[in-house]
Amino acid sequence: MSTATLAGTQVTLNAEGFFDDPTQWTRDMAVEMAAADGIGTLTDGHWKVIEFMRREFLEKGAGPTVRMLGKVSGVSIKELYQLFPKGPAKTAARLAGIPKPKGCI
Amino acid sequence: MPEKTEPEKISKVSIIISKGSLEGIYPGLIMANGARAEGMEANLFFTFFGLDAIHRNRIDHIKVATVGNPAMHIPTLLGGLPGMSALATHMMSKKMEDLDIPPIHEFIEMISDTGAGLYACQASVDMFGLTREDFVAEVKDIITVGDFYDLAAGGQIIFT
Repeated sequence: MSTATLAGTQVTLNAEGFFDDPTQWTRDMAVEMAAADGIGTLTDGHWKVIEFMRREFLEKGAGPTVRMLGKVSGVSIKELYQLFPKGPAKTAARLAGIPKPKGCI
Repeated sequence: MPEKTEPEKISKVSIIISKGSLEGIYPGLIMANGARAEGMEANLFFTFFGLDAIHRNRIDHIKVATVGNPAMHIPTLLGGLPGMSALATHMMSKKMEDLDIPPIHEFIEMISDTGAGLYACQASVDMFGLTREDFVAEVKDIITVGDFYDLAAGGQIIFT
């Protein structure tokens, strides 16, 4: 657990850089994290995934798997990996300010 | 005292799938998919009976082995009864669907879409008298063991 300053605001992140409290998150923070991560500028495609992840998490209490993202988010698995080459579920969850996805799939 | 350093992360895996039963195929698929999900490079190499996992006509009919497997916890003679393998497969598939683990065919498509490379083993393909047309479209190529080692260079190899 550590504190970091994102978009001018102090937030609490865990050891892997995921938000401890999703309500602290703002879109500006995602922009800043993406730039620092080497993802660069967030495109409409990125936002579609990030917003979907957040919505799912807030509704169901857990972020979606890549399989579900591919089926329901409207972004195919191929595109997901192009948008987030370091792993879509993990990277997008971090940028969306929600916990790291659990599970093996 | 020497300074303790974090072990270097694995950045690439090449996974060999050599068995054609449901329980022989899934672990390799889950590991390959998981590797991609962690941002690692991943290759899958199907050899011997593992070729069934990418065989056009067999991919949708992969079954659990109910004989000769003490961990099934049923007597071998019972496991050999007609329909036992189908029943066990049905039960296990349902359980996996509940856990959001895709059926093998969908999993193969998904893993290919993640950017992992799927390859068939030349020696096994020759031995079983198969051709490129026998395999699903996701298979990139039929390669020799030498090609496999070239592909695997710089990463870890996992045999299943």
